[in-house]
Amino acid sequence: MRVLVCVKRVPAPGAKINITADGQAVDTAYLAFTTSPHEECAVEAAVQLVEQHGGESTVLTLGPAEADEQLRYAASIGVNKAVLLPIATADWDPQRTAAAITAAIRELEAAGGAFDIVLFGNESADSGNFQVGVRVAHALARPMVNGIKGIEVDGAAVRARRDSEAGVEVYALHLPVVLGVKEGINLPRYPTLKGRLASKKVAVEQAVPQGVAGGQQMVTLVQAAEQASTTVMLGNGPEAAPAVVDLLEELGILK
Amino acid sequence: MTVLVLIEHDRGSLNPASLEALTAARAIDPQIEALTLGAAADGLAGELAANGAAVVHQVHADLLSDYGPEAWGEATAQAVRALKPDAVLACGTERGNEVMAQAAARLDLPMVANCIEFVPGDTWTITRVRWGGSLLEQCTLSATTKLVTVAHHAFEATPSQAAGTVAPLPMTLDPALARTVVADRVERAAGVTLATAPLVVGGGRAVGSAEAFAPLEELAARLGGVVGCSRAVTNNGWRNHTDQVGQTGTRIAPDLYIACGISGAIQHWVGAMASKKILAINTDPEANMVAKADYAVIGDLHKVVPAITAEIIRRRG
Amino acid sequence: MIGAGIVGNCLVGHLARMGWTDMVLLDKGPLPNPGGSTGHASNFIFPTDHNKEMAFLTVDSQNQYIAAGLNNTCGGIEVAREPQRMEEFKRRMTSAKAWGIDARLVTPAEIKELVPFINEEILLGGYYTPSVSVVDSLATGTLMRDEAVAKGVLSVFANTEVMNLLTEPAPGGPRIKAVVTDRGTIEAEHVVVACGVWSPRIAKMAGANIPLTPAVHQMADVGPIDILQQSGKELAYPIIRDMDTFCYERQSSGSMEVGSYAHRPILMRPDDIPSIQASALTPTELPLTYDDFDPQMEQAIELMEMLGDAEIRYAINGLLSLTPDANPVLGETPEVRNLWSAAAVWVKEGPGIAQLVAEWMTYGYPHMCDPHGSDISRFYPHEKTEWHINARCNEHFNKTYGIVHPREQWASQRGMRRSPFYAREEALGATFFDARGWERPQWYSSNEQLFAKFPQAATPRTHEWDARWWNPVTNAEHLQMRESVGVVDLTAFNEFDFEGPGALDFLNYMCVNQVNVPVGRSVYTPLLTPHGGFRGDLTIQRLGEQHFRVITGAFDGGRDHYWFNKYLPTDGSVTFTDRSQGICTVGVWGPNAAATMAKITTDDTTVPFDLSQAGFPYGAVRDVLIDGVPCTMFRISYVGENGWEIYTNMEHGLKVWDAIFAAGEEFEIIPVGIGVYAVTGRIEKGYRLMGAELESEYNPVEAGLARPKVKSADFMGKEAYLKARQEAENGAPAAIMCTLSMDSQQCADGYDRFPTGGNEPILTLDGERIIDAKGRVSRVTTAGAGPSVGKYLLLAYLPPQHAVVGTKLQVMYMNECYPVTVEVAGAQPLFDPTDARMKS
Repeated sequence: MRVLVCVKRVPAPGAKINITADGQAVDTAYLAFTTSPHEECAVEAAVQLVEQHGGESTVLTLGPAEADEQLRYAASIGVNKAVLLPIATADWDPQRTAAAITAAIRELEAAGGAFDIVLFGNESADSGNFQVGVRVAHALARPMVNGIKGIEVDGAAVRARRDSEAGVEVYALHLPVVLGVKEGINLPRYPTLKGRLASKKVAVEQAVPQGVAGGQQMVTLVQAAEQASTTVMLGNGPEAAPAVVDLLEELGILK
Repeated sequence: MTVLVLIEHDRGSLNPASLEALTAARAIDPQIEALTLGAAADGLAGELAANGAAVVHQVHADLLSDYGPEAWGEATAQAVRALKPDAVLACGTERGNEVMAQAAARLDLPMVANCIEFVPGDTWTITRVRWGGSLLEQCTLSATTKLVTVAHHAFEATPSQAAGTVAPLPMTLDPALARTVVADRVERAAGVTLATAPLVVGGGRAVGSAEAFAPLEELAARLGGVVGCSRAVTNNGWRNHTDQVGQTGTRIAPDLYIACGISGAIQHWVGAMASKKILAINTDPEANMVAKADYAVIGDLHKVVPAITAEIIRRRG
Repeated sequence: MIGAGIVGNCLVGHLARMGWTDMVLLDKGPLPNPGGSTGHASNFIFPTDHNKEMAFLTVDSQNQYIAAGLNNTCGGIEVAREPQRMEEFKRRMTSAKAWGIDARLVTPAEIKELVPFINEEILLGGYYTPSVSVVDSLATGTLMRDEAVAKGVLSVFANTEVMNLLTEPAPGGPRIKAVVTDRGTIEAEHVVVACGVWSPRIAKMAGANIPLTPAVHQMADVGPIDILQQSGKELAYPIIRDMDTFCYERQSSGSMEVGSYAHRPILMRPDDIPSIQASALTPTELPLTYDDFDPQMEQAIELMEMLGDAEIRYAINGLLSLTPDANPVLGETPEVRNLWSAAAVWVKEGPGIAQLVAEWMTYGYPHMCDPHGSDISRFYPHEKTEWHINARCNEHFNKTYGIVHPREQWASQRGMRRSPFYAREEALGATFFDARGWERPQWYSSNEQLFAKFPQAATPRTHEWDARWWNPVTNAEHLQMRESVGVVDLTAFNEFDFEGPGALDFLNYMCVNQVNVPVGRSVYTPLLTPHGGFRGDLTIQRLGEQHFRVITGAFDGGRDHYWFNKYLPTDGSVTFTDRSQGICTVGVWGPNAAATMAKITTDDTTVPFDLSQAGFPYGAVRDVLIDGVPCTMFRISYVGENGWEIYTNMEHGLKVWDAIFAAGEEFEIIPVGIGVYAVTGRIEKGYRLMGAELESEYNPVEAGLARPKVKSADFMGKEAYLKARQEAENGAPAAIMCTLSMDSQQCADGYDRFPTGGNEPILTLDGERIIDAKGRVSRVTTAGAGPSVGKYLLLAYLPPQHAVVGTKLQVMYMNECYPVTVEVAGAQPLFDPTDARMKS
């Protein structure tokens, strides 16, 4: 099985996100960068799929040169190959991103054979455009379902599960597929020391990203209105129990 | 200007979030139209009219008898081609964003997700949410038809009666799109895990012993949740590591996290911070967890927790 | 109290115990972990330290953690991969012996027995300390804080950020007045900055300077690891310090914490630390920069293969505080009265230092131990710049686990202060040592020619450690000075002028000895702490009826400046002028010093000046011309020879230097390094040095510096001083400063060793430590050759039963014992006991 997982490098902020003076980016002076959480699960899913079914996994990102770090993170937990589509900024608009990834996938498939499964995260943590995976799947004429919290592969048949209000929806797909993975599908493993060291030796393939600007263009980032920390005090000691149970009812926890 | 609102429903049952999209659309242009996919949704026309839809376009196709992202997306795309609206709005739910993305891909148009403010024009200026609302983005949208989703809860749905003229919209869908229609629906698997539990009752060092977790277990069981713990607890051997919430344990995201006697060390906090609501029970009003929680009870967990259970029993038996 | 880390919490607890009644503790973060360095500390304590002050405070802190019931003893092994580390372990054994710490050297096989998962094949051996422990610093801090709250003397405000510190003008400098927070303003008589890495930022609000920098210490928690999980304990195995890779591995339940001091120094600015809200973890837990940590991972796996398969679950660039000299920054800030610093303190020494600062605030000076190494007033202005802090911290960060020689010299920030003689000294082949920025010649290669004359001086030292930062030419310089004449550059001295109608009374209050000497005379005097220990020692020249000049050394100038300024009368009756920057000094000593100076010294005409002992007696001060240059000559000696300290304005210095050398040519005058002045010449005379023999734990009676009579005027520490004298009269002082000689320096390998004077313990013939009645251990305070007495000499305090001439004892050096004999008990010089040479 050949699995491709597409990830995005995003800042790992604290409780408050500061933006740069020009409003063009998150102030990352003292922030770490991470793989978008849904994609972290997608990477884990890719590794697990190859562990279960054999084959090879590849991780791909479109991002700044520093996104090498996220590719190596994926490599450190077991992804076999890595591809970087370097761009000068933190990201491109979603149409352009999708076009570039589509072109890259075509090239990778031409060189190494088709991917049975292409995984995306449900949405990126930072820009949250909810569409890159869908656009890529459409361009490749492959079935695509987002919000996936379970993947079972049996031969060419794929059963993908997604949560809904009512219960769990099951999609019966046939390879090749594109899936948008959601956090909770698995608990991503942490890299081991050996994994980390081995990932440094993985050769990261680079390709020039292709794509023209789309119709959505960011103008500026704006700080959301400050939310004062307001802890609602329900009371002191056991006497607070009725207030707590009122809350449980209000939140629908106690049905 | 024609603004079309894609109505989200599940086999005929309306997702009320769509009413928010209708309200948002009316702010752009009072004359709005709605689009329903599948015969099961025909019955929604009256409610849509009551929420401002001057016209309700109804698409009937076998493929639309249940939800399928590609079929819905293709149907929406065809509606855009047929009706040539200036804009299409949907609610920014999981399905709303997915269908609009599918439609956008098919139409090769931009799509802007989770918007909270629109300034229409030739090019729209839009404010949208990022980072789940921690940050806002101002962007421009240039397209023949503007495809946008409205951030859930950004607009309060308000009724407004309109004609609601039903207009069937005939179209043919490629049967191959059946490949992504929901094939099966199953009950949620029994037995919740820490990572997926809708409610977690967490205990910290202050619980004091393995046995003293019993009242927490009881409360969790009554609320259909599970018990979690801090690192100090597993370090003391009171509970298994699988119960540990935190940086080095499990990261949880329940609807409510009841943190009992947990100070809120970062190592724990990062595992718990995705909880939708947090109730802290702590003797120290200055404790980190109390400061960060949505709700707090100041007091000894050994007294407060049994009192809550007793109150639940009193009300529910 | 600003800051609820280990220091601030323990400080309010100790202050409450000492009777403080109206305290507020603030922190901008939440409790119990406000997000400073305490919150992410590894919390382990390895008690052995070569530095007495830090060793004492560390052991005391560990005892406080034990008393709190929050000390988990697991033992610790420092392991060696390199041979020189095994040498260092011998030195650690020696320090452990001095401080009474149980420790032993272990073989690789013994290490394997204690830590079964270690790769002992790459190890040469280890240094095992069974008492190494992991403490709960957050819980200990909470206990101390709660104790003060329970007494009703403390209010605690978490999540309260300090926005400003307000001062009010007062004589002698501004005084702290209030703390402005985001929740209101608090008026306060005393404010303590215990803000760890944020301390400089907070102090700056009041115009004070706490010289430290936030710096990164990398740490990763890796696991789970089966053998650790199976232990079922937080700490089942000793902590390993992999000394030669600057790395440690500490069990943390089922996982292992791997920490490093090997990476490049990563310094930050306090203002650049992210806010609590903007931090992914806490402000002091920054994201690990993996590239810096990777080499450590490989070394860790090499040492413990199981770590390779462990997952990296928590990894940070943790911030901690570094200072230019790696010591804490404690005490009242020199800039703002009643604004205190308790910063750059690590968890291992936190509770002890909290007690020390609490004593300082309560009693005017700490009782538990001398704080001079940590005293905030030790810094000169050039040492408080960010430039200097960063330069020195960049240099010493990788020495955290390094092997640092007691005489080790800084490489950075050199040439900061140069005397006017510098170019001459350089031409003479001087090797310069740093004295708080001053470049002082330690020895001169030009004097190697003297080896022909003094072949016995040329003996090299066999062991590289003994020979490091040392040169045998010092012995030759010593002998030539004693035989003819030598010149010592003493420009590093500080000169403080006190003038005005109140000057005499003020100085008499500050000093033990009578300052009311005739104009043109001088007095040597200790300065005491309020409880009668040494606070300083210096000489005072009376230049006029109301004009006194204090001469004090380079290492204590800052502290003495602060001390005088703190007590300076507020009525304007005394002016204090620091003239150090304008005055340079040379010492000219030796049997031919007088003959040399006679050739060039005149009154303000061309009439030769009377340099005779009768006309210009010992201790006298005279204004003269030297080769026409106005100078002040002071007949005194720290090396036991006749001669003078000669002071002149900086711009005149070079002419005076050249005149002296020209005049001395016929006597084969030589430049003499500080190696003679501070060690060989001094130790032969048994002269005491502040910071070595003279510390606040000891009083003048014990140091042998008590005069026959006590002046009637009141002075600081008088009551305690009188009590100490009384005790000595009733029996004996608890300890007596002694000069000892080594009977044999031969080590087990058959060559001679030379103790460095780094707290080597003096032992009985049975190998027991010697503890005096006040609980103080006998240890070497200074060690050095006595070329004129032909012996290797040691200074040490001994209890009276051992302080008897001829007593045979031992000294431990590098884990071997050497026989020593008490040569002198008290202040009498071993060389020239009657001081005849100084007065001839």
